[in-house]
Amino acid sequence: MSDDTVVSNDATPTVFNPAGVRVPIIQNPLFEYLLRLGDDRLILGHRMSEWCGHGPILEEDIALSNIALDLIGHASSMLALAGTVEGQGRTEDALAYFREGVAFRNALIVELPNGDFAFTMMRQFLFDAYSVLLWDALSQAADARVAALAAKSLKEDKYHLRHSSEWVVRLGDGTDESHGRAQQALDALWRYTGELFDRDGVDDAVAVQGIVVDHAALYARWQGIVADVLRRATLVMPTDGAMRRGGRAGRHTEHLGHLLSVMQIVARSHPGAAW
Amino acid sequence: MADTGLEASWPLWEVFTQGAHGEPFAHAGSVHATDAELALQNARDVYARRGEAVNLWVVPATAITASAPSDAGPFFDPGNDKAYRHPQFYVAPRGVRIF
Repeated sequence: MSDDTVVSNDATPTVFNPAGVRVPIIQNPLFEYLLRLGDDRLILGHRMSEWCGHGPILEEDIALSNIALDLIGHASSMLALAGTVEGQGRTEDALAYFREGVAFRNALIVELPNGDFAFTMMRQFLFDAYSVLLWDALSQAADARVAALAAKSLKEDKYHLRHSSEWVVRLGDGTDESHGRAQQALDALWRYTGELFDRDGVDDAVAVQGIVVDHAALYARWQGIVADVLRRATLVMPTDGAMRRGGRAGRHTEHLGHLLSVMQIVARSHPGAAW
Repeated sequence: MADTGLEASWPLWEVFTQGAHGEPFAHAGSVHATDAELALQNARDVYARRGEAVNLWVVPATAITASAPSDAGPFFDPGNDKAYRHPQFYVAPRGVRIF
């Protein structure tokens, strides 16, 4: 796999549009779109895997690791398809382990450190609710490859949502300590939720290819799910303020580099190794 | 253990799995969980995520009344010396002989 070992250091090239705004040149929007889907789940899956051996109790440790494996599985499928669509011979491993941070397209919310159990579960819940709705929409995509992977992932993500939402209810409607931590996590995470529903040139371009997602409808349905669970959890939904974004364009928080150094070290130390 | 301990906040649940529709539920093991819904989820993760089951029961371990080892004699000794207690002197019809 000699091609896999070439470290990709490509920040997206940009141009100024007629309005004088710098916008990325997207050569292959479907590839870009699949990277977003894959990277969200690869990075969140890795964050979840960091709980392995550290869960609050054996049963929850297994549940967290199980969710991590599911997410990494979804990422693997999406990145494999991305490699096919790109047509440069890059496998899912090449895309996962031999790209630099600026080439990752995940939303910022998934790369934030795990924090405490409340932060991990709240982040998981906010993402799961989004992911279930997104897979549901993508399972109708005209691209049969995307539709099939979406339908398969939807089934597993529904279970993740059930797990994380039940935990949010228990933490919010639990002790003073758990309620406080859950509300704090929600308040800290809220500014990262807007990026999940952003619509840009990549979305518009893949829509032409039959991958149509109604972002406004998705956001409205997401708010409905979140509001319902937060009400049961006796938590207060934050008001929308300034949203943090940039991950889709490769502008990440300082946390991603540290995560990648851990996630990629084995593959980069032993390029081409099989196990 | 004190009421504030693990067994109070994360009590034990016995898990029963059904391998296929119509089959009897069989005891698979146990999990700790804060309540029934999370017990069901934990049981799914530990005992049913590789296709072992199509249905799950979780039962609070405290709800199960079990016989004690000391009961073994009075409860389970089949009384083999009293042959008349066992219905073995009949010729079974061919149709039920498979039992």
